[in-house]
Amino acid sequence: MSGVSPIIVADAVIKQFGRFAALRGVTADFSPGRLYVILGDNGAGKTTLLRTIAGLSQPTRGTISVLGAKEVKTVRSQIGYMAHPSLLYDEMSGMENLRYFAGLYGIEDDAVAEKRCREVISLVKLDPGLARPVGQYSQGMRQRMSLARALLNDPKLLLLDEPFSNVDSHSAEEMAGLLAQMRDQGKTLLVVTHQPAILESVADEFVWMDAGKIVDRTSKLRGAQ
Amino acid sequence: MKRGFPILAIVTALLLSFGLYEALIVAPTERTMGDVQRIFYYHVPSAWTAFLLFLINFVASVTYLIRRNAKADILALVSAEVGVVFCTVVLVTGPIWARPVWGIWWTWDLRLTLTLVLWLIYVSYLMLRRFSTSSQTPVMAAVLAVFGALDVPLVYFSIWFFRTQHPSPVIGDGGSLDPRMAHVLLINWAAFLCLAWLVCWTRYRLEVVQREVEEAQSLEALLEGDGSR
Amino acid sequence: MSFLAVTRATLAKDLRLEWRSKDAINAMLFFSLLVVVIFSFAFDPTAEESRRIAGGLIWVAFLFAAVVALNQTWARELRNHVLDAYRVSPAPADPLFLAKAVGNFIFVIVLEALMAPLFIIFYKLRPLGPAWELLPIAVLGTWALVVNGTFFAALSIRTKNREIMLPLLLFPISLPALLGMVNATTAVLTGEESAKFWIALLLAYDVVFTIACLLLFETILEAE
Repeated sequence: MSGVSPIIVADAVIKQFGRFAALRGVTADFSPGRLYVILGDNGAGKTTLLRTIAGLSQPTRGTISVLGAKEVKTVRSQIGYMAHPSLLYDEMSGMENLRYFAGLYGIEDDAVAEKRCREVISLVKLDPGLARPVGQYSQGMRQRMSLARALLNDPKLLLLDEPFSNVDSHSAEEMAGLLAQMRDQGKTLLVVTHQPAILESVADEFVWMDAGKIVDRTSKLRGAQ
Repeated sequence: MKRGFPILAIVTALLLSFGLYEALIVAPTERTMGDVQRIFYYHVPSAWTAFLLFLINFVASVTYLIRRNAKADILALVSAEVGVVFCTVVLVTGPIWARPVWGIWWTWDLRLTLTLVLWLIYVSYLMLRRFSTSSQTPVMAAVLAVFGALDVPLVYFSIWFFRTQHPSPVIGDGGSLDPRMAHVLLINWAAFLCLAWLVCWTRYRLEVVQREVEEAQSLEALLEGDGSR
Repeated sequence: MSFLAVTRATLAKDLRLEWRSKDAINAMLFFSLLVVVIFSFAFDPTAEESRRIAGGLIWVAFLFAAVVALNQTWARELRNHVLDAYRVSPAPADPLFLAKAVGNFIFVIVLEALMAPLFIIFYKLRPLGPAWELLPIAVLGTWALVVNGTFFAALSIRTKNREIMLPLLLFPISLPALLGMVNATTAVLTGEESAKFWIALLLAYDVVFTIACLLLFETILEAE
């Protein structure tokens, strides 16, 4: 293992919701420039872990440091997050949505924002000129637009929660290829999914979770678990 | 500290009995209102105690927001609950006093109205704590407590001004207080403070134990899955 | 992402979305109309007391309309979890709050602009005091309801009965402001006293709670 410092360091992270412990002591390092696939049954804690790394949820105990920062707040501009809900406004077109979020990431200049939005929309193989509101997209299109939103700020770290859920196989393959491309560009990706086969050929490591803990880390997708 | 508890309990019982004796027997009968006025010795100290407890809630809430320590949160919860109880006493004794003396059940005088608004604010505080689905309920409750505290001076001034424009019967404050009555009043207040302290202490320990039980249950589940590490 | 830029962008986005789904606005406008009619049936407009109680009636009607509007403040952000997208971005939380509050303010003022003339007509109101004072009263009073309402709407997001929690939290804290709005309006309508104290109270209320909301919004937004 090279002497590169890890991009995410989780130390004995416990997350409790009342009496239910979603994360029961997760200690792990994630290295930069790799594509991790996080697997496990429902209730294993995958989403909670991702949300904690994204800074949307605070650990009840333990610490998480992301991109060297103890407070995820300070490095938000370098993180991209995507979940099963689209995180987009149904009533606006893809372009309108992204123009708004571009503003949130500090891309204020109109021309620069316009260009960047077109760039990422094209990257996910969608038409930037499409005036149809996102609510009328197919699931595959919506997920791709959501991915475009996550890529707006050219993040170093991409956190994706079930990106392939209910997506047609063509869109899923496109996205998988794109994710591999991102990884090749040096980005770090953590992908939670129930369909690891899609990423089998491009993933660097498979992280297995069960009952709130990481139980195994493998480089190949065995029939394990 | 555990040893102090029975001592406090005894002191409280003594003070309450002594206070009762003073209020019912020793205190002079009020000139115009008669014996009904004696409820004053419960009505007013309850109000002062409630206000003090809400002040404690405010301080505990701010402390929690700054330090995020569980003890401050428990103190905030406890003082709010007991404060609401004392507030209820004020709101019940008020009408009981007013009806025979002035013939009305309620008057929107400064003390009663302020007490009612505080009661409403803190009941809503307790409802927030009960209905919250967040894992950070203490934070949300503490913020609400701060809002409530900021509201209090505004409530006071708005009612005060309204009353100067539209005077109405005032329950209690007929003028200066006979020193013997003031004496009884203070004794009862001391008794109520001890009672409040006793109840808060008990409730505090109850809450601490309850949280320990919850933690233990989670810990148990944690250790259960501890085969592969 | 400067404060002003984010506020402006969020407000523009909200107004655009509101304009696109005109159903919501139409329903709200109709609801406001109904409220005025119901009040007119319940409180006889021809009685002499009308002028004296109209101040109270109008503001209670505005309050009901405001609560219905406030309850949908965050509806669009909760659908599709857009709020997560906002939280995950580096944009600070207070411009989001301010944009939402201003958006609600505009929304409620529009409702008031519909309801007020109806009240004037039904109750044959004619202000005997300085009528121009009704403007600062309307602005300050509405802001008082909307600023805390937007904040408590956010607080209610993480509760079991969202729609009822909002008024439950809002009403007690709004009581001094309500006293202010009602008495100020009554003072102007009857001309019997000065509204100046109440206007000052409303101003103080607005300043105190606007600052409190801006300072504490981020804390509750992140309280997941």
